[in-house]
Amino acid sequence: MSPRQWKTAGTHAALVALVALITFPVVYAVIVSTLSFQQAYEYPPRLVPGTELWNNLVEAWNRVHMGRLFFVTSVISVGAAVVKIVLSLMAAFAYTHFRFRGRALLFPMTMITQMLPLPVRILPTYELMADFNWINTYSGLMFPFFASTTGILLFRQFFLTVPHDMTDAARMDGAGPLRYFLDILIPLSRTNIAALFVIEFIFMWSQYLWPLIVTNTEDMRVVQIGIKMLIATDQISPAWNVIMAGTIVAMLPPLVVLLVFRRSFAEGIAMQSQK
Amino acid sequence: MATVVEEERFPGHPLLPYMLILPSVAVIAVFLVAPFLQSVQDSFFASTAFGTKTVYVGLRNYTRLFESSDFRNSALATLMFAGFVMVVGLSFSLAVAHLLNQKIRGQGVYQIALIWTYALSPAVAGAIWALMFAPATGIVPFVVAKFFGGYLLNWMTNGSLALLVVSAAATWKMLGYNIVFFLAGLQNIPQEYLDAARVDGAGPWRTFWDITFPMLSPTTTFLLFVNMIYAFFQVFGLIDIMTHGGPGDATNILIYKLYRDAFLYLNTGAASAQSCIVFVVISVAAVIQLHFATKKAIYAR
Repeated sequence: MSPRQWKTAGTHAALVALVALITFPVVYAVIVSTLSFQQAYEYPPRLVPGTELWNNLVEAWNRVHMGRLFFVTSVISVGAAVVKIVLSLMAAFAYTHFRFRGRALLFPMTMITQMLPLPVRILPTYELMADFNWINTYSGLMFPFFASTTGILLFRQFFLTVPHDMTDAARMDGAGPLRYFLDILIPLSRTNIAALFVIEFIFMWSQYLWPLIVTNTEDMRVVQIGIKMLIATDQISPAWNVIMAGTIVAMLPPLVVLLVFRRSFAEGIAMQSQK
Repeated sequence: MATVVEEERFPGHPLLPYMLILPSVAVIAVFLVAPFLQSVQDSFFASTAFGTKTVYVGLRNYTRLFESSDFRNSALATLMFAGFVMVVGLSFSLAVAHLLNQKIRGQGVYQIALIWTYALSPAVAGAIWALMFAPATGIVPFVVAKFFGGYLLNWMTNGSLALLVVSAAATWKMLGYNIVFFLAGLQNIPQEYLDAARVDGAGPWRTFWDITFPMLSPTTTFLLFVNMIYAFFQVFGLIDIMTHGGPGDATNILIYKLYRDAFLYLNTGAASAQSCIVFVVISVAAVIQLHFATKKAIYAR
């Protein structure tokens, strides 16, 4: 082999090794989810898949009422992602297409609120939810997350690159700002919308602390808390096979969203890092 | 890159822009700014024994915190944890992205195989890593004992080791995200710059440090910020599942302590003061990062 081929082979070997290293924990989790309770406690640890996957899935699903957890988590993940996208589109449109008093101040102030993640305002936000009677409600789970500086930035950056000729042509055809926004700008933003959907869906699906605080009834719990409940229901020896079956199920929806929109996601991110 | 033009594109609609930003501004005002200001205010008050009355105590919540060894331990653990996530996580991710950013067959497949972990949540990562380090049956302690000898029954009962394990777990969860952004950043560096450096006789190492790394600084700064926020705040589920802040208080990082002070011990004043301290720390860090980013970006031109 030529030196060049050696180098290519080396790169492939390194990449395969890295993929194996990074993926191993999940592969191992999948293996354990197929074992029986006894097999999960074999020593040395067993790396050969067993045949108990289906039983473990059913057990995990029933033990923490996973169906309900999935429903609640899907509602808030899709809901929050959609609201964030709509609000960001509107704000970005205003910031890029209009001159108005206060714009120069409002835009940077909006960006600075990135410094206010939930934990720096967690107690008052909880009290606010209690005042609104929003404990154990979808509103309580979602509303504190509706602000999206990421979204405003992403769309603003994209809107600025839309040529003025396009706007002028639309105006010439008699389209008002809202017509132009709905019929031209939003369809043009498809890729960015999909990218933001992936980011916000995964972000919301992963929430743990806030749902833990703002809900306290079983029927409003989310999937992430379900994982915790699976671990906690066991006394001395955790049933790792069942816990892993539940964990695998919990990670499927965001994974599917990521894989379905992966092209838009990658393009949206590439666009964002073009400064 | 297109020049940034923020001109009026639809003159004669004086109210429309306000209506468009109203929902975002309202959400920010009601759910972000107002509660934050409330946190600041609460940090100067303490509630009486039965929580019936609050009294103004000035800076006492803060002085108490800085005097308490619990808080200092927690702050130190947080810094080590966040430092690990940021330094080890970003260096490793950049190395992987750099390796991936070349013309080789199957690049798309490698990309997906390396970034899909982005979809995992901190709680999922915590559960899987808890399995890998489970007492007596954990596969990692087994492998380490196999190759290096010296079997340790339960790593998670040793404070330093437990902190290291949760740091590694948290870092692992962010790899996919970091690699995606580094790769996008690397692909945006114009090839001519790299070619020019090669023509001038710079080796790969020189080229990386003199061209690639400075040109990547907007991405690096962005990722430093995201990883810092992540390490400070978003790992709650991972800690809650893996260690509950233990053993002792070895992994009791600020977010976990904050949760317990606020919602288990109902110590509003102390919790609010910690909220504010954390806010100041991340603000200062963000300003420093931004400062370095601007400097490097100018240097790159």
